[in-house]
Amino acid sequence: MKRLATSLMLGLGAALILALGVTTGPRDAAAQGWEPKKPVEFVIMAGKGGGADRLSRFIQGIIEKHGFASKPFVPVNKGGGSGAEALVYLKQHKGDPHVIMATLNSYYLTPLRQPDLGIDISKFTPITRMAEDTFQLWVHADSDIKTVDDYVKAVKKAGAANWKMGGTGTGIEDSLVTAMLEKKFGIKVTYIPYKGGGTVAKELIGKHIDSTVNNPSEQAGFWEAGKSRPLASFTPKGKLSGRFGEIPTFEELGYGTDMVYYMQRSFIAPEGIDKDVQAFYVGVFEKVYKSDEWQDYMKKKGMVPGWLTGTALTEYFVAELEAHRKLLQDAGEIQ
Amino acid sequence: MEVFSLLVNGFFIAFEPLNLSLVIAGVVVGLFIGAMPGLGSVNGVAILLPMTFLVPPTSAVIFLAAIYYGAMYGGAISSIMLGIPGASTAVATTFDGRPLALKGMADKALVAAATASFVGGTISVVLFTLFALPMAEVALAFGPPETFALMVLAFSTFIGLGGDDIAKTLFSIFIGLVFSAVGLDIISGEPRLIFGGLTGFYHGINFLVLAIGIYGIGEMLWTIEVSRGDVLMSKATVSFRRIINCLKELRSSAKTMVLSSLLGYFVGILPAAGATPGSLMAYGVAKTMAKNPETFGKGNVDGVVAPEAANNAASTGSMLPMLTLGIPGSPTTAILLGGMVIWGLEPGPLVFVDHPDFVWGLIASLYVANVFALLINIGFIPAFIWVLKMPFTILAPIIFVLCVIGGYVPTQDMHDVWLMLIFGVVGYMMRKLDYPMAPAVLAIVLGPLAEPALRQSLIGSHGDVMIFFERPISGSIMAIAIILFALPLVKLVKARWKRAT
Repeated sequence: MKRLATSLMLGLGAALILALGVTTGPRDAAAQGWEPKKPVEFVIMAGKGGGADRLSRFIQGIIEKHGFASKPFVPVNKGGGSGAEALVYLKQHKGDPHVIMATLNSYYLTPLRQPDLGIDISKFTPITRMAEDTFQLWVHADSDIKTVDDYVKAVKKAGAANWKMGGTGTGIEDSLVTAMLEKKFGIKVTYIPYKGGGTVAKELIGKHIDSTVNNPSEQAGFWEAGKSRPLASFTPKGKLSGRFGEIPTFEELGYGTDMVYYMQRSFIAPEGIDKDVQAFYVGVFEKVYKSDEWQDYMKKKGMVPGWLTGTALTEYFVAELEAHRKLLQDAGEIQ
Repeated sequence: MEVFSLLVNGFFIAFEPLNLSLVIAGVVVGLFIGAMPGLGSVNGVAILLPMTFLVPPTSAVIFLAAIYYGAMYGGAISSIMLGIPGASTAVATTFDGRPLALKGMADKALVAAATASFVGGTISVVLFTLFALPMAEVALAFGPPETFALMVLAFSTFIGLGGDDIAKTLFSIFIGLVFSAVGLDIISGEPRLIFGGLTGFYHGINFLVLAIGIYGIGEMLWTIEVSRGDVLMSKATVSFRRIINCLKELRSSAKTMVLSSLLGYFVGILPAAGATPGSLMAYGVAKTMAKNPETFGKGNVDGVVAPEAANNAASTGSMLPMLTLGIPGSPTTAILLGGMVIWGLEPGPLVFVDHPDFVWGLIASLYVANVFALLINIGFIPAFIWVLKMPFTILAPIIFVLCVIGGYVPTQDMHDVWLMLIFGVVGYMMRKLDYPMAPAVLAIVLGPLAEPALRQSLIGSHGDVMIFFERPISGSIMAIAIILFALPLVKLVKARWKRAT
């Protein structure tokens, strides 16, 4: 029994040492021409397999492939609580130069919806905005609906109870875009939240729902295969190129300039990061941005290129935060 | 037959020296990643994804698929040898694999696991080859009501068993369901049961944390109590003749193997389900169908065969929605999907048309991976058995350390390690009080699938529960589930009536 107890203690000790070794490490940054001293934690504020995850892993792939950084970027998913977990994690890693985060719009929405978290996003260190993802209104290719006008008529005819709109979650992007649509056209739909955009797209193709506001990347394959149809794009005119540029915008269809909503694809670091650390990350992402792979990816996935750094990015974040506050208030999600 | 000429082409690709060596390397790496508690195919594929930039895209996907596959085989090893689930997909394998090992029949369990994995893998690859596109339509036909009906069916296989104490089974299911509700609720967008904002609860209770706690730590505590310091835990031997004998005896499990493979494949192709629910459901079905359900959980070979056949079949099945719909059927295929995008292969309805070499090369490589995984696995059995010969005083701390690592790795959060230790103690107590733990594990896996499906269906039907019965697919699944629920009740009434007359 005594031997057993000793070995148990030894095991416990070993585990402790292991755990300590992982959680604490050198956290200081050298003064100039900063380079990471160890692998960089690349926090993704969404779960595995979603749009943000795929994008971040794609960027990691480009960095790895071309050797843009001397140490690897290791993706860590912290999607819990619509990114609340990731935001709290970043807050706790104040001054840590080896942590960066890929953000989406939950970067604004989660702190607004959950003020108890005590997150002030203006404190984080901005790195860059790489692009803005767009939204379109989609229906099944078999439906008779060919235009936004047809759509509005069909929804009004069916009534809210019989028109199912699928989207990702409640109080986040898809539901806000749906609310914009409802307000603009005076229609009502039954909104069904799903876990990810991929599932939403599949539900539309399987005819379990009547329409979606998917991102291009989620519907592109089905559209190409002739299974879904985009009606209009929630972008200002002329922003999208290629195939997605052929989709009319709400503005072009004469519904005004306010039917615009983007999903930002930005990267940030914790609070209290040295200027040269920030410069290092901006440098890495600049190389990624200029790579052929990234330029190609944006075109294929219907994204609007949007390189933005420094104070311009900080101002953008502030403006977006306020815009989302208003959207949430309009949707009745917050006071 | 167009399919066969395409498949033959695929084999030419799979047998290219580079691809063949990548398949073998992938299977071996996967085997060990799968055998390490907490490190499953998800981690393996994610870690090795960047390495694949060194080879052409098709070879890269073949390599990663081989890892995925090998991990499915490997997960069984620590489940059987140490009682710690090697991966979430191998949790059900501990239910009977561990008791078998304790009885000195570890070799039998390992051979059964390897063979069942092979059969499951092969059946599903054949199905994949022949019916990939029609099966994609089936995946599309499954909306929330159908998913929910399937989950009810899964629960019914666990509750509709006469042998166990029904009240305790129910308790176990409900506690699992409560745990599965922790974290963000996607329907309302609000966090639930986070105990005053403990950030570790935002990501919910990781199912592996519960399983490793209950089966790894709980089992270790239990063994300490039972063995009372007795150093040797089981007499395990292995010889070539014994392995051959084991293979011969497996013939009686053929039915379970085939059935579980079909079930696993089917669950695998449904987006968002994956291999873990598939293996648990197969276990439940095997138990329900068995002539001697009371021997399950105490070392029935069918209890190893069912989940192992199902998880391999499901892992192949889950590549189907990934390839044809661009929607991952499991967390691992989600990472694979990301990889494909990086390599410029756009998965989706057109992938079979645009990239036939890639698709058929991948499918053919799955056939090859299966054969190698079986051979390598059986070849390693003597080495695995050696682990069991270690005195428990050495093994216990190793198990403990592996458990702690396994609890930490998936989320890299110390919160989960503490939670796992608590679950370990609770699991030990539940065991002392004779509560079945498998239903709790099932509930925490299926809860997060069942609950949103239920609520999505009801939002769509405005609260009308008839939606589950009116639709042809969900209606028939529901009917079977209800029959399974009623079965123990009927048995009870029958027994009473017999006694009365």
